[in-house]
Amino acid sequence: MNESMDPNWLGEDDIYRENILDHFKEPRNFGEIENPSFAHTGLNPVCGDTIRLFVRLDKDKKIKEAKFKGRGCAISIASASMLTEHINGKTIEEIKTMQKEELLELLGIKLGIVRIKCGLLSLNTLLKGIEVMEEENEIRN
Amino acid sequence: MKQAMMKDFSKDFPILKNVIYLDNGATSLTPECVIEAMNKYYREFNANIHRSIHKLGEKATEEYENARIKIANFINARPNEIIFTRGTTESLNLLAYSLLNDIKGRNEIVLSEMEHHSNLVPWQQLAKEKGLKLRYIKHNLNEVINDKTLVVSVTHVSNVIGVRNDIKKIADIAHSKGALVIVDAAQSIPHMKIDVKELGIDFLAFSGHKMLGPTGVGVLYGRAGLLDKMKPFLFGGEMISRVSFNESEWNDIPFKFEAGTPNIAGVIGLGKAVEYLNDIGMDNIESHCKELVKYCYEKLKEIQDIEIYSSKNSSLISFNIKNIHSHDVAAILDKHNIAVRAGHMCAMPLVHDILKQSAIVRASFYFYNTKDDADELIEGIKKVKEVFA
Repeated sequence: MNESMDPNWLGEDDIYRENILDHFKEPRNFGEIENPSFAHTGLNPVCGDTIRLFVRLDKDKKIKEAKFKGRGCAISIASASMLTEHINGKTIEEIKTMQKEELLELLGIKLGIVRIKCGLLSLNTLLKGIEVMEEENEIRN
Repeated sequence: MKQAMMKDFSKDFPILKNVIYLDNGATSLTPECVIEAMNKYYREFNANIHRSIHKLGEKATEEYENARIKIANFINARPNEIIFTRGTTESLNLLAYSLLNDIKGRNEIVLSEMEHHSNLVPWQQLAKEKGLKLRYIKHNLNEVINDKTLVVSVTHVSNVIGVRNDIKKIADIAHSKGALVIVDAAQSIPHMKIDVKELGIDFLAFSGHKMLGPTGVGVLYGRAGLLDKMKPFLFGGEMISRVSFNESEWNDIPFKFEAGTPNIAGVIGLGKAVEYLNDIGMDNIESHCKELVKYCYEKLKEIQDIEIYSSKNSSLISFNIKNIHSHDVAAILDKHNIAVRAGHMCAMPLVHDILKQSAIVRASFYFYNTKDDADELIEGIKKVKEVFA
Protein backbone atom coordinates (compact mmCIF):
# COMPACT_ATOMS: atom_id res chain seq x y z
CA MET A 1 0.00 0.00 0.00
CA ASN A 2 1.11 3.54 -0.52
CA GLU A 3 0.13 6.93 0.81
CA SER A 4 -2.62 7.63 -1.71
CA MET A 5 -4.35 4.32 -1.07
CA ASP A 6 -4.28 4.23 2.67
CA PRO A 7 -6.03 6.90 4.75
CA ASN A 8 -4.25 5.63 7.84
CA TRP A 9 -0.86 5.97 6.23
CA LEU A 10 1.57 6.82 8.91
CA GLY A 11 4.58 7.69 6.85
CA GLU A 12 7.82 5.82 6.40
CA ASP A 13 8.98 6.64 9.88
CA ASP A 14 7.96 4.60 12.83
CA ILE A 15 5.37 6.67 14.68
CA TYR A 16 6.21 4.98 17.94
CA ARG A 17 9.63 6.53 18.09
CA GLU A 18 11.50 7.24 21.28
CA ASN A 19 10.29 10.79 21.96
CA ILE A 20 6.62 9.88 21.59
CA LEU A 21 6.88 6.88 23.88
CA ASP A 22 8.82 9.00 26.37
CA HIS A 23 6.13 11.68 26.49
CA PHE A 24 3.41 8.99 26.67
CA LYS A 25 4.99 7.05 29.51
CA GLU A 26 5.96 10.16 31.47
CA PRO A 27 3.72 12.97 30.30
CA ARG A 28 4.91 16.48 31.25
CA ASN A 29 2.49 18.83 33.00
CA PHE A 30 0.06 16.04 33.79
CA GLY A 31 -2.48 17.11 36.40
CA GLU A 32 -4.86 19.90 37.30
CA ILE A 33 -4.48 23.60 37.98
CA GLU A 34 -6.62 24.96 40.78
CA ASN A 35 -8.53 28.10 39.81
CA PRO A 36 -7.25 28.20 36.23
CA SER A 37 -7.81 31.20 33.95
CA PHE A 38 -9.67 28.72 31.80
CA ALA A 39 -10.12 24.98 31.36
CA HIS A 40 -11.66 23.05 28.54
CA THR A 41 -12.49 19.44 27.71
CA GLY A 42 -12.02 18.07 24.20
CA LEU A 43 -13.40 14.84 22.79
CA ASN A 44 -11.88 12.62 20.13
CA PRO A 45 -14.90 11.22 18.26
CA VAL A 46 -12.86 8.39 16.79
CA CYS A 47 -12.44 6.66 20.13
CA GLY A 48 -14.38 8.71 22.67
CA ASP A 49 -11.24 9.74 24.54
CA THR A 50 -11.27 13.06 26.34
CA ILE A 51 -8.56 15.49 27.37
CA ARG A 52 -9.05 18.32 29.83
CA LEU A 53 -6.68 21.27 29.54
CA PHE A 54 -6.06 23.79 32.32
CA VAL A 55 -4.37 27.13 31.63
CA ARG A 56 -3.21 29.93 33.94
CA LEU A 57 -2.41 33.29 32.37
CA ASP A 58 -0.25 36.04 33.85
CA LYS A 59 -1.22 39.71 33.90
CA ASP A 60 0.12 40.20 30.35
CA LYS A 61 -2.14 37.43 29.02
CA LYS A 62 0.84 35.18 28.57
CA ILE A 63 0.63 31.51 29.46
CA LYS A 64 2.20 31.01 32.85
CA GLU A 65 1.25 27.38 33.26
CA ALA A 66 -0.62 24.73 31.29
CA LYS A 67 -1.57 21.26 32.48
CA PHE A 68 -3.74 18.44 31.21
CA LYS A 69 -5.60 15.39 32.36
CA GLY A 70 -7.25 12.53 30.54
CA ARG A 71 -6.86 9.17 28.91
CA GLY A 72 -5.81 8.59 25.37
CA CYS A 73 -3.55 6.86 22.93
CA ALA A 74 0.21 7.46 22.80
CA ILE A 75 -0.21 10.04 20.04
CA SER A 76 -2.83 12.14 21.82
CA ILE A 77 -1.08 12.02 25.20
CA ALA A 78 2.36 12.77 23.74
CA SER A 79 0.92 15.65 21.75
CA ALA A 80 -0.77 17.14 24.82
CA SER A 81 2.43 16.74 26.81
CA MET A 82 4.49 18.48 24.13
CA LEU A 83 1.90 21.20 23.62
CA THR A 84 1.78 22.17 27.29
CA GLU A 85 5.56 22.55 27.25
CA HIS A 86 5.59 24.40 23.96
CA ILE A 87 3.01 27.09 24.79
CA ASN A 88 4.62 28.22 28.00
CA GLY A 89 5.27 31.96 27.83
CA LYS A 90 3.32 32.46 24.61
CA THR A 91 0.54 35.04 24.36
CA ILE A 92 -3.06 34.13 23.57
CA GLU A 93 -2.69 35.90 20.23
CA GLU A 94 0.40 33.85 19.38
CA ILE A 95 -1.47 30.65 20.16
CA LYS A 96 -4.48 31.67 18.10
CA THR A 97 -2.27 32.01 15.04
CA MET A 98 -0.36 28.84 15.77
CA GLN A 99 -0.49 26.49 12.80
CA LYS A 100 -1.29 22.84 13.36
CA GLU A 101 1.94 21.99 11.53
CA GLU A 102 3.84 23.49 14.45
CA LEU A 103 2.51 20.81 16.79
CA LEU A 104 2.91 18.06 14.21
CA GLU A 105 6.53 19.10 13.78
CA LEU A 106 7.06 18.73 17.49
CA LEU A 107 5.62 15.23 17.27
CA GLY A 108 7.98 14.65 14.37
CA ILE A 109 5.78 12.13 12.58
CA LYS A 110 3.38 12.09 9.69
CA LEU A 111 -0.20 11.24 10.61
CA GLY A 112 -2.98 9.98 8.35
CA ILE A 113 -6.45 11.48 8.02
CA VAL A 114 -7.88 9.37 10.86
CA ARG A 115 -4.99 9.45 13.31
CA ILE A 116 -4.46 13.21 12.90
CA LYS A 117 -7.50 13.71 15.14
CA CYS A 118 -5.48 12.13 17.95
CA GLY A 119 -2.44 14.29 17.18
CA LEU A 120 -4.41 17.54 17.15
CA LEU A 121 -6.87 16.84 19.99
CA SER A 122 -4.84 18.88 22.50
CA LEU A 123 -4.39 21.90 20.22
CA ASN A 124 -8.03 21.91 19.16
CA THR A 125 -9.09 21.69 22.79
CA LEU A 126 -6.82 24.63 23.66
CA LEU A 127 -8.16 26.78 20.80
CA LYS A 128 -11.77 25.97 21.70
CA GLY A 129 -11.02 26.81 25.33
CA ILE A 130 -9.64 30.22 24.31
CA GLU A 131 -12.71 30.84 22.15
CA VAL A 132 -15.09 30.03 25.02
CA MET A 133 -13.09 32.20 27.46
CA GLU A 134 -13.15 35.16 25.08
CA GLU A 135 -16.89 34.77 24.48
CA GLU A 136 -17.49 34.74 28.21
CA ASN A 137 -15.32 37.82 28.68
CA GLU A 138 -17.27 39.63 25.99
CA ILE A 139 -20.55 38.85 27.71
CA ARG A 140 -19.17 40.05 31.05
CA ASN A 141 -17.90 43.30 29.53
CA MET B 1 -8.77 -27.36 13.61
CA LYS B 2 -11.18 -28.35 10.90
CA GLN B 3 -9.52 -26.23 8.23
CA ALA B 4 -10.04 -28.69 5.42
CA MET B 5 -13.60 -27.66 4.67
CA MET B 6 -12.62 -24.12 3.73
CA LYS B 7 -10.89 -23.65 0.41
CA ASP B 8 -8.47 -20.87 -0.43
CA PHE B 9 -10.54 -17.79 -1.18
CA SER B 10 -7.70 -15.43 -1.99
CA LYS B 11 -8.39 -15.52 -5.75
CA ASP B 12 -11.93 -14.24 -5.11
CA PHE B 13 -10.70 -11.45 -2.80
CA PRO B 14 -7.58 -9.82 -4.29
CA ILE B 15 -7.18 -7.51 -1.26
CA LEU B 16 -6.26 -10.55 0.83
CA LYS B 17 -2.90 -10.65 -0.95
CA ASN B 18 -1.87 -7.41 0.75
CA VAL B 19 -3.42 -7.58 4.19
CA ILE B 20 -4.63 -9.82 6.98
CA TYR B 21 -8.14 -8.49 7.19
CA LEU B 22 -9.70 -8.88 10.64
CA ASP B 23 -12.17 -6.00 10.53
CA ASN B 24 -15.09 -7.92 9.08
CA GLY B 25 -17.42 -6.67 11.79
CA ALA B 26 -17.05 -3.19 10.27
CA THR B 27 -17.37 -4.33 6.67
CA SER B 28 -16.59 -7.49 4.77
CA LEU B 29 -14.51 -7.68 1.62
CA THR B 30 -16.23 -7.86 -1.76
CA PRO B 31 -15.63 -10.89 -3.98
CA GLU B 32 -14.86 -10.47 -7.68
CA CYS B 33 -18.19 -12.04 -8.73
CA VAL B 34 -20.13 -9.35 -6.82
CA ILE B 35 -18.06 -6.54 -8.34
CA GLU B 36 -18.57 -8.16 -11.76
CA ALA B 37 -22.36 -8.42 -11.29
CA MET B 38 -22.54 -4.70 -10.50
CA ASN B 39 -20.25 -3.75 -13.38
CA LYS B 40 -22.42 -5.79 -15.72
CA TYR B 41 -25.43 -3.66 -14.84
CA TYR B 42 -23.56 -0.44 -15.68
CA ARG B 43 -21.92 -1.89 -18.81
CA GLU B 44 -24.73 -3.95 -20.28
CA PHE B 45 -28.21 -3.03 -19.06
CA ASN B 46 -28.00 0.31 -17.28
CA ALA B 47 -31.60 1.51 -17.07
CA ASN B 48 -34.16 2.59 -14.52
CA ILE B 49 -36.46 -0.09 -13.14
CA HIS B 50 -40.23 -0.55 -13.05
CA ARG B 51 -40.91 2.19 -15.60
CA SER B 52 -38.80 1.94 -18.74
CA ILE B 53 -40.58 0.06 -21.53
CA HIS B 54 -37.49 -1.04 -23.39
CA LYS B 55 -35.21 -4.06 -23.35
CA LEU B 56 -32.67 -2.50 -21.03
CA GLY B 57 -35.34 -1.44 -18.55
CA GLU B 58 -36.88 -4.89 -18.58
CA LYS B 59 -33.54 -6.61 -18.01
CA ALA B 60 -32.65 -4.22 -15.16
CA THR B 61 -36.05 -4.72 -13.51
CA GLU B 62 -35.76 -8.48 -13.84
CA GLU B 63 -32.29 -8.58 -12.28
CA TYR B 64 -33.33 -6.24 -9.45
CA GLU B 65 -36.43 -8.27 -8.63
CA ASN B 66 -34.49 -11.54 -8.91
CA ALA B 67 -32.16 -10.23 -6.22
CA ARG B 68 -35.20 -9.56 -4.03
CA ILE B 69 -36.35 -13.16 -4.48
CA LYS B 70 -32.88 -14.53 -3.62
CA ILE B 71 -32.72 -12.42 -0.48
CA ALA B 72 -36.27 -13.37 0.53
CA ASN B 73 -35.39 -17.05 0.18
CA PHE B 74 -32.18 -16.50 2.15
CA ILE B 75 -34.19 -15.57 5.28
CA ASN B 76 -37.37 -17.57 4.51
CA ALA B 77 -39.54 -14.53 3.75
CA ARG B 78 -41.76 -13.59 0.83
CA PRO B 79 -40.34 -11.20 -1.82
CA ASN B 80 -42.91 -8.49 -1.02
CA GLU B 81 -41.65 -8.49 2.56
CA ILE B 82 -38.15 -7.38 1.48
CA ILE B 83 -37.60 -3.60 1.37
CA PHE B 84 -34.31 -2.26 0.06
CA THR B 85 -32.76 0.55 2.07
CA ARG B 86 -29.31 2.13 2.39
CA GLY B 87 -28.38 -0.12 5.27
CA THR B 88 -29.30 -1.30 8.74
CA THR B 89 -29.35 2.28 10.02
CA GLU B 90 -31.92 3.39 7.47
CA SER B 91 -33.99 0.24 8.01
CA LEU B 92 -34.20 0.97 11.73
CA ASN B 93 -34.90 4.67 11.19
CA LEU B 94 -37.71 3.71 8.82
CA LEU B 95 -39.25 1.62 11.58
CA ALA B 96 -38.81 4.28 14.24
CA TYR B 97 -40.62 6.71 11.97
CA SER B 98 -43.31 4.52 10.44
CA LEU B 99 -44.35 2.34 13.37
CA LEU B 100 -45.71 5.30 15.29
CA ASN B 101 -49.11 5.02 13.68
CA ASP B 102 -50.11 2.29 16.00
CA ILE B 103 -49.27 3.30 19.55
CA LYS B 104 -52.66 2.61 21.16
CA GLY B 105 -51.83 3.42 24.74
CA ARG B 106 -48.51 1.64 24.68
CA ASN B 107 -45.66 3.95 25.59
CA GLU B 108 -42.55 1.89 26.28
CA ILE B 109 -39.72 0.88 23.96
CA VAL B 110 -37.47 -1.95 25.07
CA LEU B 111 -33.84 -2.29 23.95
CA SER B 112 -30.87 -4.30 25.15
CA GLU B 113 -27.82 -2.66 26.69
CA MET B 114 -25.60 -3.91 23.88
CA GLU B 115 -27.21 -2.01 21.03
CA HIS B 116 -25.17 -0.36 18.30
CA HIS B 117 -25.90 3.39 18.09
CA SER B 118 -28.07 2.66 15.03
CA ASN B 119 -30.56 0.72 17.14
CA LEU B 120 -30.38 3.13 20.06
CA VAL B 121 -30.29 6.73 18.85
CA PRO B 122 -33.43 6.52 16.61
CA TRP B 123 -35.50 5.12 19.52
CA GLN B 124 -33.98 7.48 22.06
CA GLN B 125 -34.83 10.50 19.92
CA LEU B 126 -38.31 9.17 19.14
CA ALA B 127 -38.91 8.64 22.85
CA LYS B 128 -37.86 12.22 23.62
CA GLU B 129 -40.05 13.63 20.87
CA LYS B 130 -43.17 11.59 21.64
CA GLY B 131 -42.83 11.32 25.41
CA LEU B 132 -42.24 7.56 25.33
CA LYS B 133 -40.20 5.62 27.85
CA LEU B 134 -36.98 3.84 26.90
CA ARG B 135 -36.30 0.66 28.90
CA TYR B 136 -33.31 -1.66 28.82
CA ILE B 137 -33.28 -5.42 29.27
CA LYS B 138 -31.13 -6.49 32.19
CA HIS B 139 -32.06 -9.84 33.76
CA ASN B 140 -35.73 -9.02 33.82
CA LEU B 141 -37.28 -10.01 30.50
CA ASN B 142 -40.71 -10.76 31.98
CA GLU B 143 -40.81 -7.48 33.87
CA VAL B 144 -39.30 -5.11 31.33
CA ILE B 145 -41.54 -6.41 28.52
CA ASN B 146 -45.12 -5.84 29.60
CA ASP B 147 -48.51 -4.68 28.33
CA LYS B 148 -47.19 -1.12 27.98
CA THR B 149 -44.46 -2.24 25.57
CA LEU B 150 -44.90 -0.91 22.06
CA VAL B 151 -41.84 -2.49 20.56
CA VAL B 152 -38.85 -4.60 21.55
CA SER B 153 -35.86 -3.84 19.32
CA VAL B 154 -32.75 -5.89 19.99
CA THR B 155 -29.53 -6.89 18.33
CA HIS B 156 -29.19 -10.54 17.34
CA VAL B 157 -25.43 -10.62 17.94
CA SER B 158 -23.45 -7.87 19.70
CA ASN B 159 -20.83 -6.14 17.56
CA VAL B 160 -18.70 -5.61 20.68
CA ILE B 161 -18.94 -8.71 22.86
CA GLY B 162 -20.18 -11.22 20.28
CA VAL B 163 -22.98 -12.39 22.54
CA ARG B 164 -25.97 -13.89 20.76
CA ASN B 165 -29.36 -12.99 22.16
CA ASP B 166 -32.09 -15.60 22.49
CA ILE B 167 -34.40 -13.97 19.95
CA LYS B 168 -36.98 -16.76 19.98
CA LYS B 169 -37.48 -16.37 23.72
CA ILE B 170 -37.61 -12.57 23.53
CA ALA B 171 -40.10 -12.76 20.64
CA ASP B 172 -42.31 -15.24 22.51
CA ILE B 173 -42.51 -13.01 25.57
CA ALA B 174 -43.01 -9.84 23.52
CA HIS B 175 -45.79 -11.35 21.44
CA SER B 176 -47.53 -12.74 24.51
CA LYS B 177 -47.70 -9.13 25.74
CA GLY B 178 -48.82 -7.81 22.35
CA ALA B 179 -45.57 -5.99 21.52
CA LEU B 180 -43.75 -5.93 18.18
CA VAL B 181 -40.29 -7.44 17.76
CA ILE B 182 -37.46 -5.92 15.69
CA VAL B 183 -34.10 -7.62 15.27
CA ASP B 184 -30.88 -5.89 14.21
CA ALA B 185 -29.14 -8.65 12.27
CA ALA B 186 -26.22 -6.59 10.94
CA GLN B 187 -23.67 -8.76 12.76
CA SER B 188 -25.50 -12.08 12.67
CA ILE B 189 -26.67 -12.49 9.08
CA PRO B 190 -23.14 -12.68 7.60
CA HIS B 191 -22.38 -15.54 9.96
CA MET B 192 -25.39 -17.82 10.42
CA LYS B 193 -28.56 -19.16 8.88
CA ILE B 194 -31.47 -16.88 9.71
CA ASP B 195 -35.08 -17.95 9.34
CA VAL B 196 -37.49 -15.16 10.23
CA LYS B 197 -40.39 -17.57 10.64
CA GLU B 198 -38.45 -19.80 12.98
CA LEU B 199 -37.29 -16.81 15.05
CA GLY B 200 -40.90 -15.63 15.16
CA ILE B 201 -40.07 -11.96 14.67
CA ASP B 202 -41.88 -9.06 13.00
CA PHE B 203 -38.98 -7.12 11.50
CA LEU B 204 -35.34 -7.80 10.61
CA ALA B 205 -32.81 -5.14 9.60
CA PHE B 206 -29.42 -5.79 8.00
CA SER B 207 -26.72 -4.32 5.73
CA GLY B 208 -25.34 -5.67 2.50
CA HIS B 209 -21.75 -4.59 3.01
CA LYS B 210 -21.11 -6.86 5.99
CA MET B 211 -22.15 -9.92 3.95
CA LEU B 212 -19.97 -9.48 0.83
CA GLY B 213 -22.28 -6.94 -0.81
CA PRO B 214 -21.51 -3.30 -1.61
CA THR B 215 -21.96 -0.39 0.79
CA GLY B 216 -25.15 1.65 0.46
CA VAL B 217 -27.57 -1.28 0.28
CA GLY B 218 -29.48 -2.76 3.15
CA VAL B 219 -32.66 -4.64 3.82
CA LEU B 220 -35.69 -4.31 6.01
CA TYR B 221 -37.78 -7.43 6.30
CA GLY B 222 -41.27 -6.92 7.71
CA ARG B 223 -44.30 -9.19 8.00
CA ALA B 224 -46.56 -8.32 5.06
CA GLY B 225 -49.60 -7.67 7.25
CA LEU B 226 -47.68 -5.11 9.29
CA LEU B 227 -45.99 -3.39 6.35
CA ASP B 228 -49.39 -2.99 4.70
CA LYS B 229 -50.63 -0.96 7.67
CA MET B 230 -47.52 1.22 8.10
CA LYS B 231 -47.22 4.71 6.70
CA PRO B 232 -44.45 5.36 4.13
CA PHE B 233 -41.12 6.72 5.34
CA LEU B 234 -40.06 8.58 2.19
CA PHE B 235 -42.37 10.09 -0.41
CA GLY B 236 -41.79 10.45 -4.15
CA GLY B 237 -41.68 8.38 -7.30
CA GLU B 238 -42.25 4.64 -7.39
CA MET B 239 -43.95 4.52 -3.99
CA ILE B 240 -47.31 5.82 -5.28
CA SER B 241 -50.10 4.19 -7.26
CA ARG B 242 -51.92 7.38 -8.19
CA VAL B 243 -51.18 11.08 -7.68
CA SER B 244 -53.42 14.10 -8.26
CA PHE B 245 -52.67 17.72 -7.40
CA ASN B 246 -54.16 17.29 -3.94
CA GLU B 247 -54.10 13.59 -3.08
CA SER B 248 -51.88 10.52 -3.42
CA GLU B 249 -52.47 6.81 -3.04
CA TRP B 250 -49.67 4.43 -2.05
CA ASN B 251 -48.27 1.62 -4.12
CA ASP B 252 -48.32 -1.97 -2.79
CA ILE B 253 -45.55 -3.27 -0.55
CA PRO B 254 -42.63 -3.39 -0.87
CA PHE B 255 -42.69 -0.49 -3.37
CA LYS B 256 -44.55 1.76 -0.93
CA PHE B 257 -41.27 1.94 1.00
CA GLU B 258 -38.90 2.35 -1.95
CA ALA B 259 -39.31 5.96 -3.05
CA GLY B 260 -37.00 7.21 -5.77
CA THR B 261 -34.57 5.32 -7.98
CA PRO B 262 -32.90 2.77 -5.73
CA ASN B 263 -29.30 1.52 -5.69
CA ILE B 264 -29.99 -0.88 -8.56
CA ALA B 265 -26.44 -2.11 -9.08
CA GLY B 266 -26.01 -2.45 -5.32
CA VAL B 267 -29.12 -4.61 -4.98
CA ILE B 268 -27.97 -6.82 -7.84
CA GLY B 269 -24.57 -7.09 -6.14
CA LEU B 270 -26.19 -8.10 -2.87
CA GLY B 271 -28.20 -10.76 -4.70
CA LYS B 272 -24.94 -12.17 -6.04
CA ALA B 273 -23.37 -12.03 -2.57
CA VAL B 274 -26.23 -14.13 -1.16
CA GLU B 275 -25.68 -16.69 -3.93
CA TYR B 276 -21.97 -16.83 -3.04
CA LEU B 277 -22.73 -17.29 0.66
CA ASN B 278 -25.26 -20.04 -0.11
CA ASP B 279 -22.61 -21.89 -2.11
CA ILE B 280 -20.26 -21.98 0.87
CA GLY B 281 -23.07 -22.72 3.32
CA MET B 282 -23.94 -20.57 6.32
CA ASP B 283 -23.35 -23.44 8.76
CA ASN B 284 -19.82 -23.90 7.40
CA ILE B 285 -19.16 -20.17 7.75
CA GLU B 286 -20.42 -20.12 11.33
CA SER B 287 -18.38 -23.09 12.50
CA HIS B 288 -15.20 -21.94 10.72
CA CYS B 289 -15.26 -18.46 12.31
CA LYS B 290 -16.07 -19.85 15.75
CA GLU B 291 -13.18 -22.30 15.53
CA LEU B 292 -10.78 -19.49 14.65
CA VAL B 293 -12.04 -17.36 17.54
CA LYS B 294 -11.76 -20.23 20.03
CA TYR B 295 -8.19 -20.83 18.86
CA CYS B 296 -7.33 -17.14 19.18
CA TYR B 297 -9.05 -16.85 22.53
CA GLU B 298 -6.93 -19.63 24.05
CA LYS B 299 -3.70 -18.18 22.63
CA LEU B 300 -4.59 -14.70 23.78
CA LYS B 301 -5.33 -15.87 27.30
CA GLU B 302 -1.74 -17.10 27.56
CA ILE B 303 -0.36 -13.60 26.99
CA GLN B 304 0.07 -11.46 30.08
CA ASP B 305 -1.88 -8.23 30.58
CA ILE B 306 -4.61 -9.07 28.07
CA GLU B 307 -8.20 -8.47 29.07
CA ILE B 308 -10.82 -10.16 26.85
CA TYR B 309 -14.37 -8.76 26.77
CA SER B 310 -16.10 -10.92 24.18
CA SER B 311 -17.75 -14.33 24.19
CA LYS B 312 -15.54 -17.29 23.31
CA ASN B 313 -18.44 -18.64 21.27
CA SER B 314 -18.52 -15.94 18.59
CA SER B 315 -16.86 -14.77 15.40
CA LEU B 316 -15.03 -11.85 16.98
CA ILE B 317 -12.65 -11.18 19.82
CA SER B 318 -12.58 -7.89 21.73
CA PHE B 319 -9.75 -7.08 24.08
CA ASN B 320 -7.33 -4.58 25.51
CA ILE B 321 -3.70 -4.78 26.48
CA LYS B 322 -3.20 -3.24 29.88
CA ASN B 323 -1.86 0.33 29.75
CA ILE B 324 -1.78 0.40 25.94
CA HIS B 325 -4.47 2.34 24.13
CA SER B 326 -6.47 0.44 21.49
CA HIS B 327 -5.47 3.01 18.82
CA ASP B 328 -1.83 2.26 19.46
CA VAL B 329 -2.46 -1.47 19.28
CA ALA B 330 -4.31 -1.10 15.97
CA ALA B 331 -1.68 1.24 14.51
CA ILE B 332 1.19 -1.11 15.31
CA LEU B 333 -0.75 -4.14 14.00
CA ASP B 334 -1.40 -2.09 10.86
CA LYS B 335 2.36 -1.67 10.46
CA HIS B 336 2.43 -5.46 10.24
CA ASN B 337 -0.41 -5.41 7.70
CA ILE B 338 -3.05 -6.64 10.11
CA ALA B 339 -6.31 -4.68 10.00
CA VAL B 340 -8.35 -4.61 13.22
CA ARG B 341 -10.83 -2.14 14.68
CA ALA B 342 -10.07 0.12 17.62
CA GLY B 343 -12.42 2.50 19.38
CA HIS B 344 -15.87 2.46 20.97
CA MET B 345 -17.40 0.31 18.17
CA CYS B 346 -20.39 2.65 17.87
CA ALA B 347 -21.68 1.21 21.12
CA MET B 348 -20.55 3.83 23.63
CA PRO B 349 -23.01 2.94 26.42
CA LEU B 350 -21.81 -0.67 26.44
CA VAL B 351 -18.08 0.10 26.10
CA HIS B 352 -17.94 3.09 28.45
CA ASP B 353 -20.60 2.35 31.05
CA ILE B 354 -20.59 -1.43 31.27
CA LEU B 355 -17.12 -2.57 30.17
CA LYS B 356 -15.69 0.64 31.73
CA GLN B 357 -13.26 1.08 28.85
CA SER B 358 -12.69 4.23 26.82
CA ALA B 359 -11.95 2.14 23.75
CA ILE B 360 -11.21 -1.48 22.83
CA VAL B 361 -9.57 -3.53 20.08
CA ARG B 362 -11.71 -5.88 18.02
CA ALA B 363 -10.55 -8.60 15.64
CA SER B 364 -13.51 -9.93 13.69
CA PHE B 365 -13.18 -12.98 11.45
CA TYR B 366 -14.85 -14.23 8.31
CA PHE B 367 -14.76 -17.44 6.28
CA TYR B 368 -11.75 -16.31 4.22
CA ASN B 369 -9.58 -15.91 7.30
CA THR B 370 -7.25 -18.73 8.20
CA LYS B 371 -5.43 -20.15 11.18
CA ASP B 372 -2.32 -18.41 9.83
CA ASP B 373 -4.15 -15.09 10.16
CA ALA B 374 -4.93 -15.90 13.77
CA ASP B 375 -1.27 -16.78 14.41
CA GLU B 376 -0.14 -13.52 12.79
CA LEU B 377 -2.52 -11.60 15.04
CA ILE B 378 -1.09 -13.26 18.14
CA GLU B 379 2.48 -12.53 17.00
CA GLY B 380 1.48 -8.95 16.20
CA ILE B 381 0.08 -8.46 19.70
CA LYS B 382 3.35 -9.67 21.17
CA LYS B 383 5.18 -7.10 19.02
CA VAL B 384 2.86 -4.33 20.29
CA LYS B 385 3.81 -5.27 23.83
CA GLU B 386 7.49 -5.06 22.91
CA VAL B 387 7.14 -1.51 21.58
CA PHE B 388 5.57 -0.36 24.86
CA ALA B 389 7.72 -2.55 27.13
